[in-house]
Amino acid sequence: MEKVKINSEKCKGCLLCVSVCPGNCIKVSDRINKLGHKFVVFSENEKCKSCGFCFLMCPDTAIEVYK
Amino acid sequence: MKKVFSKPESLQDKNNSYCPGCGHGTIHRIIAEVIDELGVREKTIGIAPVGCAVFAYYYWNFDVTEAAHGRPPAVATGIKRCLSDRVVFTYQGDGDLAAIGTAEIIHAANRGENITTIFVNNANYGMTGGQMAPTTILGQKTTTTPNGRDAKRDGYPLKVCELLSSLDGVCYIERVSVSTPKNVLRTKKAIKKAFENQLNNCGFSLVEVLSQCPTDWQMTPVESVKWVDEVLSKTFPLGVYKENTEQTRK
Amino acid sequence: MKGNIAVCEGAIAAGCTTYFGYPITPQNEIPAYMSKKMVELGRVFVQAESELAAINMVFGAAVSGSRAMTSSSSPGISLKQEGISYLAGAELPCVIVNVQRGGPGLGNISGSQADYFQATKGGGHGDYRLIVLAPYSVKEMYDLTFLAFDLADNYRIPVMILTDGIVGQMMEPVEINPEFRVQSSEIKKDWKLDGCKGREPRLMRSLIMEEGGLEKHNWHLKKKYDGIKKTEIRCEANFPDSAEITVVAFGIAARICKSAVKKLRQEGLKVGLMRPVTLWPFPEKAISDIAAKSKKILVAEMNMGQMVEDVKLAVNGKCPVEFLGAPGGAVFSEDEIIAKIKKL
Repeated sequence: MEKVKINSEKCKGCLLCVSVCPGNCIKVSDRINKLGHKFVVFSENEKCKSCGFCFLMCPDTAIEVYK
Repeated sequence: MKKVFSKPESLQDKNNSYCPGCGHGTIHRIIAEVIDELGVREKTIGIAPVGCAVFAYYYWNFDVTEAAHGRPPAVATGIKRCLSDRVVFTYQGDGDLAAIGTAEIIHAANRGENITTIFVNNANYGMTGGQMAPTTILGQKTTTTPNGRDAKRDGYPLKVCELLSSLDGVCYIERVSVSTPKNVLRTKKAIKKAFENQLNNCGFSLVEVLSQCPTDWQMTPVESVKWVDEVLSKTFPLGVYKENTEQTRK
Repeated sequence: MKGNIAVCEGAIAAGCTTYFGYPITPQNEIPAYMSKKMVELGRVFVQAESELAAINMVFGAAVSGSRAMTSSSSPGISLKQEGISYLAGAELPCVIVNVQRGGPGLGNISGSQADYFQATKGGGHGDYRLIVLAPYSVKEMYDLTFLAFDLADNYRIPVMILTDGIVGQMMEPVEINPEFRVQSSEIKKDWKLDGCKGREPRLMRSLIMEEGGLEKHNWHLKKKYDGIKKTEIRCEANFPDSAEITVVAFGIAARICKSAVKKLRQEGLKVGLMRPVTLWPFPEKAISDIAAKSKKILVAEMNMGQMVEDVKLAVNGKCPVEFLGAPGGAVFSEDEIIAKIKKL
């Protein structure tokens, strides 16, 4: 199971999560959601320490973190 | 695996209408988390401002009323005086609190109203397209200071924490930001304290949150949080400006 | 009892639990009396930092479901207009007392009736109405203030007591009707905000941005206002069937006209008096009926001519309408009215 779940329909692609992730586990996808934003995706489950930085910075509560 | 970070109950499961990277969404969530942790969702009444956050009531999952521009502290006074066992807070921007509502905030604070104010300072009028706010810093370009704020013509940025902390009715004042994960956690701690003070009948508490407005600042969200850290917080230093929880009112 | 004190006693008897005010002459007895009485009764009194704050405190108290009141005089009521518009938009019940003084501007501190337009035609921005009650005696200051709280709750509407410095300062004995009972205390305010325990969260707003939403809301208000027009018109007519000349006046002006009419009647002149008690809703039909029977109507107001416009609309050409005015805090005497009527 993935440690970080990103709701691609809530994401506005602000990239604040990407900028603070210590393991560079989140990346911009090349797809566009219904809001018209290029959303981000979580890709590096092994490197993720469930620190929650991405959740803390997300203004859209699009992220859930598991440990 | 256990869920360690997720949407609080006091926040509705909706997309918010804020621009990408805007600090309002983060601050809404922090308030909702604090209300959940204190277990006061069912006795909380929030007051939304005029400005971008006027729609806050669509996102919070508790009772919320609108107020006229600048008047949330007066509306909060009316509610809290009638329902003293409820949790009453105002959520106000810099135009709302520090310009048109200056009298209301000063007097609510000075009366020691037992309420909590979350003051979101993003150094401009966001909703109306980025005009100069009382908190716009010197040199900052806005749609009404196209060459930058000039002290001679436009006066100086208004420092709300510094101003209010001199008032006797005030229990607690802190300035924080949501520019980094560490600052977000600090903000949550401050907001929690501001609500706890109310539950302990300590009088007026205010937390000023320096917040990013990437759209009107014409920056990317990542650039805008950097600007909060490197520029905005030089004019508005973070920290506790007053803490006097000894004082309790009946 | 003094007129201003009668307002306080009427409010207290009606279960007003919160009062917010700001000093201004000639209504200062109200906050002074309330600061003592409300505190003794364990109710809320706050002296606000401004009229704006006072009316918005009323907004907050009304949101919480409390019976709330504020009072002021003309320049202060102008400042409150922003809040009154929001209260009307959000359909919040409350009572606002205007002890009128002379205007425009700072004017003077003499009693006046110059705020008729402001009270009955809006005052603040947007399409809305207030119920406006115009007492003409100290007893009515009590009775109509009492009534105002029930009307406000019944219709979820701000109600204004439009009085003036003369009635406010006047002293008269007041017999309190023991039959008076607060009616709408039983009304369930299923819209109030008091925390969402055991229910869905509620919202109180006057901002309606969704497509067509505000239009719908305004039509809803219109329907409510039309209902009020049907049931809540109050007026007093003296000699309505046998008058050739009918004087139309409200508040203190009606008080003076009433004794003038009485004297003229003793002289054998066929004169009558029509006194609107509700200025909004306005007694259009009653005035129209009188116009059909009268030769002339005289409107007497302590202003430059405000209610006379509504009288003319109601009369609609059925008979000539004359006007006697006394602006700027001036008062006409009984003799002046008698002389004017005799000239007609």
